[in-house]
Amino acid sequence: MNAPTALTEADFEPSPSTHRAEQLSRPSLSYWQDAWRRLKNNTRAIISLYLIMALAFFTIIGPLLWTQDPAAQDLDQISQAPALPKTARLVADYVPWQVPISAEHPAEPDDYPDRLDPVTDFRTSGIATTQSVRLTWSPVNEAGGYSIYRSETRPDGLMGLGLPLETVSGGNVLGFEDRLNLKSQSYFYSIVPTDGFDEFDVVTTIQVNPEQSITQSQAILQGLATPEDLPGQAITLAFHPFGTDYLGRDILARLMQGAQVSLFIGVVAPLIYVLFGVFYGGFAGYLGGKVDQLMMRFADFVVALPFLLFMILFKIAFGIGPGESGVMPMLVALILLLWPGTARLVRGQVLKIREQGYIEAARLLGGNSSYLILRHIIPNTMGVILVTLTFAVPSAIFTEAFLSFIGMGVAPPTPSWGSMCNEGVKTMLSHPHELFFPALFISITVLAFNLLGDGLTEALDSKMRSRDL
Amino acid sequence: MIQAFHWYGLNMPQRLLLLLCMLFAWSEGMAQSVDAASGTVKIAIAQEPPQLNSMKATDQVSIFVLGHVMEGLTRYDRRGNLAPGVAERWELGDTTAKFWLRKDAKWSNGDPVTAHDFVFAWRSAVDPNTASEYAFILYPVKNAEAINQGNMPVTALGIEAIDDHTLTVTLERPTGYFIKLTAFVTTFPVQEKFYQARTEQYAADAKDMLYNGAFTLDSWVHSASMEMRKNPLYWDAEAIKLNAIDADYITADTRARLNLFIDDKIAYTQLDGETYKDALNNQFRIKKFVTGSVYFLEYNYRDNRITRNKNLRAAIQAAFDPEEFVNKVLQTPGNLPGRSLFPTWIQGVEKTFREEYPPPEVKPDLTRARALLTSAKQELGLEEIPPLILLVSDSPTATKQAEYMQGMLKTRLGLDLKIDVQTFKQRLAKMTSGEFDIVGAGWGPDFDDIMTFGDLFASWNLNNRGRYVNPEYDRLVRVAMNSSDPKTRMDAMSGLQSILIEDAVMLPMYEQGVIYLQHPKLKGMRRTVIGSDPDFTYARIAP
Amino acid sequence: MLRYTLGRLLSGILTVWFIATATFLAMHAVPGDPLMNEKATTPEIRQNLAKKYGLDRPIPEQYIIFLGNMLQGDFGLSFTQQNRKVNDIIRDHFPVSAALGILAITFAAAGGILWGALTALYRNRLPDIIIMFLVILGISVPSFVFAALGQMLLVNINQWFGTSVLPVAGWGSLAHMLMPSLVLGLGTMALLTRLMRSSMLEVVNEDYIKTAKAKGLSSQRIFFKHQLRNAILPVVTVLGPQIAAITTGGFVVELVFAIPGLGRYFVQAVQQLDYTVIMGTTVFYGAFLVLMAIIVDIIYGFIDPRVRLK
Repeated sequence: MNAPTALTEADFEPSPSTHRAEQLSRPSLSYWQDAWRRLKNNTRAIISLYLIMALAFFTIIGPLLWTQDPAAQDLDQISQAPALPKTARLVADYVPWQVPISAEHPAEPDDYPDRLDPVTDFRTSGIATTQSVRLTWSPVNEAGGYSIYRSETRPDGLMGLGLPLETVSGGNVLGFEDRLNLKSQSYFYSIVPTDGFDEFDVVTTIQVNPEQSITQSQAILQGLATPEDLPGQAITLAFHPFGTDYLGRDILARLMQGAQVSLFIGVVAPLIYVLFGVFYGGFAGYLGGKVDQLMMRFADFVVALPFLLFMILFKIAFGIGPGESGVMPMLVALILLLWPGTARLVRGQVLKIREQGYIEAARLLGGNSSYLILRHIIPNTMGVILVTLTFAVPSAIFTEAFLSFIGMGVAPPTPSWGSMCNEGVKTMLSHPHELFFPALFISITVLAFNLLGDGLTEALDSKMRSRDL
Repeated sequence: MIQAFHWYGLNMPQRLLLLLCMLFAWSEGMAQSVDAASGTVKIAIAQEPPQLNSMKATDQVSIFVLGHVMEGLTRYDRRGNLAPGVAERWELGDTTAKFWLRKDAKWSNGDPVTAHDFVFAWRSAVDPNTASEYAFILYPVKNAEAINQGNMPVTALGIEAIDDHTLTVTLERPTGYFIKLTAFVTTFPVQEKFYQARTEQYAADAKDMLYNGAFTLDSWVHSASMEMRKNPLYWDAEAIKLNAIDADYITADTRARLNLFIDDKIAYTQLDGETYKDALNNQFRIKKFVTGSVYFLEYNYRDNRITRNKNLRAAIQAAFDPEEFVNKVLQTPGNLPGRSLFPTWIQGVEKTFREEYPPPEVKPDLTRARALLTSAKQELGLEEIPPLILLVSDSPTATKQAEYMQGMLKTRLGLDLKIDVQTFKQRLAKMTSGEFDIVGAGWGPDFDDIMTFGDLFASWNLNNRGRYVNPEYDRLVRVAMNSSDPKTRMDAMSGLQSILIEDAVMLPMYEQGVIYLQHPKLKGMRRTVIGSDPDFTYARIAP
Repeated sequence: MLRYTLGRLLSGILTVWFIATATFLAMHAVPGDPLMNEKATTPEIRQNLAKKYGLDRPIPEQYIIFLGNMLQGDFGLSFTQQNRKVNDIIRDHFPVSAALGILAITFAAAGGILWGALTALYRNRLPDIIIMFLVILGISVPSFVFAALGQMLLVNINQWFGTSVLPVAGWGSLAHMLMPSLVLGLGTMALLTRLMRSSMLEVVNEDYIKTAKAKGLSSQRIFFKHQLRNAILPVVTVLGPQIAAITTGGFVVELVFAIPGLGRYFVQAVQQLDYTVIMGTTVFYGAFLVLMAIIVDIIYGFIDPRVRLK
């Protein structure tokens, strides 16, 4: 190494000013401002926002545009799948049919026959409409009666004959009128002769396609026709784009009306009780010790109470009249009984976070408890909070459906998405649209809040702040 | 195939597969719903029976089981007619009855069934301490009502065992249908010795009962299964073809039972409005049966209730179309439009009651209905009728029917109907205290006589929840009760029927019918309106 | 540690007492007569029944009697099933529900942790989206739909094989438990997936993960030893009470699959106002729940040593 040369003042010169280094390259943002900025750019959050706006539009503006009465029972179009508007033939009001009876043929056979011939000349009498299908046939020698069946697929041999409509008693009765829930589709009527006691194994089948029809009084009641309109005319029936339910009520209109209750309960209730749970759990976890114990035991107490029993009690306590909708009391009840889940989760998280280094640091820097909780601890539990919020939405909707079912909540005929699901489950296989649409809407709502939650998580999570730069 | 497998010689996937096979083979035998060789039929029941004490049983499942494992003085034969049971023969007087019991009727522990067993059972049934809900069935017996109300000791009951095999009964008044009561569950015999040894535990489990019926209850795993076996000691054991009835599934879910049927695990299941489509798709032979129950709307006749007004009720009656209701709302075949309190199957003098005494006809007539409503408003001095409250249970069918009524009344008459959905006990409480305008009600027959429906609206009947009071109605009921001449009784009942329809006392909605599936090899299963339904006693499996 | 546990047990017992009292009061406050049935009975008969069950005494006296019996472990006879002791009901049916519930929780926990971890690992990529979609579907559709669909799937499987491969309903073997517990655990599985996901995402950004990576640990090691263990806290928080809830509350599943569990008794008891069963099942459930909560607290200490419950 060289010998150090002596350094003089002239060897040093001040470095140039570095003001620029202190210039901020971007504006200073607080935590929340930063979060908001990132939220705006987050794709998930944007999608969810559109969904929420669509739902709000559906709920508020929808009924103004689609004016069908959700309680109107269109009994000519029960459980109809989504379809274009149907035309129906106007028919006179129903008059009972005088079933043809044979004068020659005896009612009972003289002796019990070993075999019977199949029924012949099995046909419809008059036009088959959805009001009634009149069947007639020729008598069978030695028969003591006839059994009529109806199926929607062609029967295979003697097994799949379908619904047993009626067993006509008397070999001389030659007609039967079917009025059971007729729709404008193919039916296969089968007739089997009996000896008055047992059916014989010969069957005759015909195919009938009843024509969609509507009676004059029904048409007038629904405002589709006037008393001057004559039978035979073609009337356009009410249009149900999403189909109808088991009482012929328009599903779209019911979805709109149901949205009011379901969204209100499904959004407001979770927001409130999750909020409450967050603060409750946050304080419990932070304070720890005996206070934590006490608070958590109280939460356990609330969970262990028999739900149904207390709901009935609430219903009485809130003095909901018979047949009245008690949405507010239900809201209160839901909040009072569902907060412990969140509280426990948040408390668990807080217990973990409490011991982190930065908390200790913040406290040393002079932060008091509420500052620590609000500013440091709770934002770090956002992940858990948002998950519970997402799950709380369908949970609230279905709890509301259950409560309405047992008489607390919305009274019939007011629908809610959850109760529409309940009703739709029963006809899940035969009329899936009754379940599909309310479930779809619930899914959309859950999806919207889930995406919002995801977006919020990404925006609010302090650790992830540094990643999107 | 599973011969000399050496576990260690297998590799992982093979081991897993083997375990899987063992798992399933262990669980699923070749179990089928009917087996001709062993004479076994498998069924499902809807609920766990609350108890099997014949003196107290009221629910469907208990009556079903008891009807198979026990027997009364009389029973129903394979055609559904009343036939000798424990009693070999009997003599009926005006107010007396004498029964000779067969000597070979035995309990499942070998003891003979004696007349004393009947005396004990009947006395216990009317004993107020037993608190049997069906005690009223025995009211035709002398002093039964007084005993049940605590005014006389049980020994005063008009039943006496002359000796071990002879029984006499004294009636309160001439009761033509008395003999039919002797096939009913509440009148089944109970051995006093056996009962006293157990008291509280009696009929709590399969081993805590004695059986004298065609079958015995072999095993009862609560909420899980009940299995019955042919009773070798039964006096008519030769006529019983089935060896076992296994109810291995207890669930009220009709779809679950249909799935079990499709999977060939049970041989019989009832369908409802939603499940029959699935049955249709599976190409099953569907059968139909009228259960004998009537469903109607009851009105509230207490003071200050709007439903006291006859024109209002008549307006509702004229607006309601039972055919539309049955066809569009109930949607299953077998239901009959409600036309009267008395269902179609009830016997009259020689033919059915409804054939001999058709009810007054009510045609749905909207113009007339509206006119009646206007009269009602005038009489009540009201511009608009305030909302009526319809009390219903929380079952989905009840709510659906109520919604139909609500829509129908609103569209046709402009009447507002509020639906008050209540859970079971709360609904009963409201019915008793009268907190309703209209209540949905149903009544199933307890015994095979018109009286089981006839006295429903008598002013003294506690089941008359609306507190309808009509001295003429009461008079006619008493006439029918006190006479044993069929014509007199039926004429009186016809009078009742007319009052009910003309005064619109209640609104008949429908007579219940059900559709069901039955395994094609199961023969001789009898469906009945009274007693244990379905009745497998004389059933057999075709090979 | 022992003193700590004892203290908690004591507070638990106190809680159970509160639960019992509140339920008792609510039960008597609700209108409806436990002794009344569809067929009306005379007032005399009702009086007799009331005397037999001790319902004719003033409520405070009934309460004392009930407490006394409860301390001896006797919950009396059921009102509806008049010859069965409530204790027997719980003893006969709880093991069934418990077995079903444990299997359900196993499915839920295994599935939830697995799917949650996967979604965190493949964040914003296809597996994440698919799984999240399924989760949303899972919670938007009510549980009875899944029960019905599940049973129908079994029927179809059996039909396809031509023989009975899996039982459609009933109870008695492991095969009977598969579908019901799967259906029962679905809701919890969805919840756990979601929780696990958010928890993992948080943890992945922690400094100690970066340190571990910097240290050169394999990603598998980091995943199992650090990420999983730290992220599992919320899952444990939820699992405790869920175990209690699922083992006693599978009402719908028990109905559809004809399983003789305790769930239906909870619901039916309230509907029938069966006082003794209501009290018995509520106290039982309450005790179970509190016990699970205490156990969870203790487990916290093991998973995350930083958690110190003062």
